[in-house]
Amino acid sequence: MSVSTAFEKARVDGRAALVGYLPAGYPDVQGGIDGLLAMVEAGCDVIEIGLPYSDPVMDGPIIQAAAQQALERGVRTADVLRTVEAVAATGTPTLVMTYWNPVARYGVERFATDLANAGGAGLITPDITPDFAEDWIAAADAHDLDKVFLVSPSSTDARIAMTTAASRGFVYATGIMGVTGTAQATAAGVAPLIARTKATTDLPVGVGVGVSTGDQAAELATYADGVIVGSAFVRRLLDHPDDRAAGLRALTELTADLAAGVRRA
Amino acid sequence: MTTTPSSRFGADERGWFGDFGGRFMPEALVSALDELTVAWQEAMADPTFVADFEKILREYAGIPSPLYHAERLSERVGARILLKREDLNHTGAHKIRNVLGQALLTKRMGKSRVIAETGAGQHGVASATAAAYFGLDCTVYMGSVDTKRQALNVARMHLLGAKVVAVDSGSATLKDAINEALRDWVASVDHTAYLFGTAAGPHPFPSMVREFCRGIGDEARAQCLEQYGVLPDAIAACVGGGSNAIGLFTAFLEDEDVDIYGFEAGGDGFETGRHAATIYAGDRGVLHGARTFVLQDEDGQTIESHSISAGLDYPGVGPQHSFLADIGRATYLPATDAEAMDAMALLARTEGIIPAVESAHALAGALKLAEERPGQTILVNLSGRGDKDMGTALEYFRLGQADAETGDPA
Ligand SMILES: Cc1ncc(COP(=O)(O)O)c(C=O)c1O
Repeated sequence: MSVSTAFEKARVDGRAALVGYLPAGYPDVQGGIDGLLAMVEAGCDVIEIGLPYSDPVMDGPIIQAAAQQALERGVRTADVLRTVEAVAATGTPTLVMTYWNPVARYGVERFATDLANAGGAGLITPDITPDFAEDWIAAADAHDLDKVFLVSPSSTDARIAMTTAASRGFVYATGIMGVTGTAQATAAGVAPLIARTKATTDLPVGVGVGVSTGDQAAELATYADGVIVGSAFVRRLLDHPDDRAAGLRALTELTADLAAGVRRA
Repeated sequence: MTTTPSSRFGADERGWFGDFGGRFMPEALVSALDELTVAWQEAMADPTFVADFEKILREYAGIPSPLYHAERLSERVGARILLKREDLNHTGAHKIRNVLGQALLTKRMGKSRVIAETGAGQHGVASATAAAYFGLDCTVYMGSVDTKRQALNVARMHLLGAKVVAVDSGSATLKDAINEALRDWVASVDHTAYLFGTAAGPHPFPSMVREFCRGIGDEARAQCLEQYGVLPDAIAACVGGGSNAIGLFTAFLEDEDVDIYGFEAGGDGFETGRHAATIYAGDRGVLHGARTFVLQDEDGQTIESHSISAGLDYPGVGPQHSFLADIGRATYLPATDAEAMDAMALLARTEGIIPAVESAHALAGALKLAEERPGQTILVNLSGRGDKDMGTALEYFRLGQADAETGDPA
C-alpha cells in the first residue's frame, strides 16, 4: 500500500501526517518491533524502518549508536524484512530507509520482491539519487513500490524537478543542511525548499532531519504535508537501555506530543 | 571529460569507468560535486592554473622527484629496480601533489575552509600543510585507532595549525574518518571544500585526484627513457585507495609492453581473513560514493580491513583500479605485513632508504616480480618515507636497544 494513502487521509483531516522512524534490531529485533507498534498505536501515520548499515553517512551520533549496537548484536537484512512484516500487518504504511549497498548486495530485484511480499510500501534512499538509481526505479515500478528520494536546501531547481519526477509516495525534504539528530529545522529555514519542491509536483512533501518536538512539528506542518521524526524516537530507546517498558512509554509519550503537534497547525 | 590522453581507460562524463565509479551520494552533496566538477575542468583548461600548480610543486614541494637506480638492491635480487622517489617530496609522500592541487582549486573557488580524512596521517599532514600554505582553515578527521598508532602525525597536524578530530564510530579507522568528514561536509558545503585523500569516492574525485597525481608516472616515464633509454618491463605501486598507484599507472596505460601491478595490503595473509586486499578478495558493491570492489559480508555490511599499514587499511578502492582489474590491464596482488616489513628492512640496509610501510608493500611485490623476471627493469613507486612508521618498526623488529657488543663484524 502506497504511503500516499496515509498522506491523503491526513490531508482530508486538515493536518500533516506523522512519520516515525526506528532502526530495526534495536534493542533487539522483537524490541524494535514492539517500539514501532507502540508508535503506531500512539498515532504515527507512516512508519519508517531503518536498515542498520556499517557506514551511515547521513546519520548523526544517536541513530549511529543504535544501528551499530543492532549490528553488533547480529541483526540481518532478513530481520529488517521481518520487522516490516510485523508493522505492515497493522495496516500502517511501512517504508524501509536504507543506504544502498545492503540492497545492492541482497539483489535489487530480490529485495523489491521480498519487501513487497512483507507488505512494505517502498524505500527511502538517502545515499542515492534518481540519476544513479535506474535499477531501483525499475524494480520499484515492477513491484508497485514507493520511491522516496530526498531533496535538500542545496538542490538546484532542475535537480528538484528531476527528483520529484522519479519519486512516488512522497518527497522527502531535508530540514537542515546536516545529518540526523544534530541541528533543529525551522519553518523559515525549510519553507523555501518546500515551495520550490511543490512547484514541481503534486506529491506530498514531508520534512525530516532536525525535527524532534511537538512544537516544531506544529510549526513545520503549516508548510509541509508530513513531518518525519527519527533521532528523537531513537533517543527515547537509548535513554532506557535496561527498562524496556519505560522505553516504550517514552515512545508513546513522544508520539502523542508529535501527533498533537501536527494537528495544531 | 577527462584530460587523460588515454581516455579509453578514463571515466565518462558521469564518472563511470565501465561498470565502476559513478556518484552514489546524498542529494545534499550533489550540487557541490557538480560545482567542483565544473570548477576543476575549467581550472585544468586554464594555463594559469596549470602553471601555478607546477610552480608550487617545483618550488615548494621539491617535485619532480628523482628516479633512482637502486644498484645494490638490484644486484641482490637479479633485476634492475628503479625507484620513483616520492619519499623525497615535501611532507614525505606523493600525497602533497593531490592536496596542493585541490587546495589551489579551493582558493580559486573562493572557499575558506578545508576538511580531510586521514588514515596514516600522511594525507592529514599534507592537507594541514596546504591549508597553512594557502591560509585556509583546516579540520582533519582521523579514526581514534589511527590517532594512537600515528601520534607523531597528529602532533605535526597540530603544529601546522589544523584541528584533528578523533573518530570513534564504527571501526574507528580510515573508512569511519571518511564517513565523519562526509557528515561535516553535508553541513558545511557552502564554504568548505573536502580535500579527498585518494583516488576513490564519488565523481569527480577519482578522476580529479588522478590528474593531480599523474605527474608521478609522467615524470617517471620520461626519466626512465632519458636515463636508461627504455621503458620498464613492469611497474609497481601499493594500493590503498589508489592515488599513488593511479598516479604512476596513468602514463603507462597505453604502453602495452609495460606490465602494471598494484599491491594491496595482505595483512596477516589472505587465508586468515585479516587483510585489506580489496580487489583481490572483495566483491562488487558501493562504498563512499562509488561502485567498486568492497570488503563486505553477505548483507553488504563493510568488513573491517587489517593491515600493519594505516594508509592501506581501507576496505574499498578507487573505481578506476576496479575497472583496470576487470579489463585485465592491471594486476592486483596482496603483499603481507611480514613481506612488507622484510622489504622495508632490506631497502634500509642495501640502499640507506627507509620507505613508508605502505610503499614497502610495493617493494615487497616488486621483489616477487624480480624472481620471475630476472634481468628485467622494474619501476617501483616509493610513495613515501618511513619516518612516520618508526613506531611500527620499533615494535615489529624490537628495535631501539643499544647493541650489546661493539663490533667489527669482520
Ligand atoms: C606513503 C603512502 N603511500 C600510499 C598510501 C596509500 O594511499 P593511496 O593508495 O591513495 O596511494 C598512503 C596513505 O596514507 C601513504 O601515506
